[in-house]
Amino acid sequence: MPPEVTSQPPTATRPLVDEFRLGLDAPICLTWELTYACNLSCVHCLSSSGRRDPRELTTEECFGVVDELQRLQVFYVNLGGGEPMLRPDFFDVVEYSVGHQVGVKFSTNGTFLDAAAARRLAGMDYVDVQVSLDGATAGVNDPVRGDGAFAASRQAMEHLADAGFGAFKISVVVTRHNVGQLDELLALADGYGAQLRVTRLRPSGRGADSWNDLRPTQAQQRDLYHWLLDRPEVLTGDSFFHLSALGEPLPGLNLCGAGRVVCLIDPVGDVYACPFVIHDEFLAGNVRDPGGFTSVWRSSELFSSLREPDSEGACVSCGSYDACQGGCMASKFFVGLELTDPDPECVLGNAEPLLAALGGDGVPRPSADHSRPGVPVPSPVTLRPPRRRS
Amino acid sequence: MPVTLDDRLVLHPDVALRPERFGALAYHFGNRRLSFIKHVDLLAVVESLDGEHTVGEILDRVGVDARRHPAFLSALATLSDSEVLRAA
Repeated sequence: MPPEVTSQPPTATRPLVDEFRLGLDAPICLTWELTYACNLSCVHCLSSSGRRDPRELTTEECFGVVDELQRLQVFYVNLGGGEPMLRPDFFDVVEYSVGHQVGVKFSTNGTFLDAAAARRLAGMDYVDVQVSLDGATAGVNDPVRGDGAFAASRQAMEHLADAGFGAFKISVVVTRHNVGQLDELLALADGYGAQLRVTRLRPSGRGADSWNDLRPTQAQQRDLYHWLLDRPEVLTGDSFFHLSALGEPLPGLNLCGAGRVVCLIDPVGDVYACPFVIHDEFLAGNVRDPGGFTSVWRSSELFSSLREPDSEGACVSCGSYDACQGGCMASKFFVGLELTDPDPECVLGNAEPLLAALGGDGVPRPSADHSRPGVPVPSPVTLRPPRRRS
Repeated sequence: MPVTLDDRLVLHPDVALRPERFGALAYHFGNRRLSFIKHVDLLAVVESLDGEHTVGEILDRVGVDARRHPAFLSALATLSDSEVLRAA
């Protein structure tokens, strides 16, 4: 048999990553923050959540969005917030969605996931639950998520286990302080028959103020890379692709999918390129606009520009560019780097001189802050040093 | 599990296909796994699986050259492993 046969179709004619870079007619999946209301005030909250926005989509409008997603064959949405279970119609939206071939994965801090809610969830098909937990101990978790948050998450896990929900997910944002607890967190997940999901900390929302204190060190990033390579069963939301510059690529999509294969719908229907860039610069439109979500996805100027070939930048000439694709757009943006600059956490250290040269001025702030006035956010584990040398 | 030309396969009833220019997305609502069908010819084969005809008959019907059969069998095996396809 001629050797070229194995490279004949059905091998992709063009690598999928290149297809995805050009964008698809509909997102593969998307994140939908149902509310900015939250009982917690996590120091790294991507959406600076706390207070409900009075312009929140109504139940009927939510159903309308689901109808559109069904027509587009978006097979699942990641529901979040804020705390999505604070919406009185939370279960209505979930049930409507799964009843219309749009599967649901939702993230919760667990506070309102009582025994009855766990039983209700256990009785539903096509629903995944992710309980947030940012440490294997209250001592590590609660400084980030607030006093009592560890106990609340664990309680929710107990309820899910008691209700026979099956394999829920424990969702951890990796920080300098919990990265050493990953084995413990994995053991915790295993004990419940749950799956561990770890994601990358971004300097977005309130995370802009805690990022410098919480982000893993370079040595921790290297350890994390090897830890993940050895444990392909650990879910990552493909969020650590910047680590792939260290060698063999991590499993999953090693590409920024923002505006190309994923996006974010916020509680008031605004459509952003991804969950980590809630900022006017990355606002593509609103689901209430004529043409709805579909038109925003397919024709917005912003998303069209994100689907164009990468422009020249420092990264394109780097030997690791194919592996890391320049890293995370949101992380660059919120520390004040250009989108063509290296990722601020570039594992080759290529961003260090740029970060050192940047002053504190001109760093973009989140466009909206939903934090509850007078409610202090928990103190990070370490005191905040200046965000960067100026 | 390997797939042979004599097997009879069908699309898993919990799987939905979304055609794309490169092939299709295949989503399994039961195990919530997303798979990629990375070529339009493979999609044509998957859509033709009826559980009555063998894989070999369907490859012929879709017009897949015999030299490409090994690659298609391997792709079908991957899709069977992720429960996108199952034995008829």
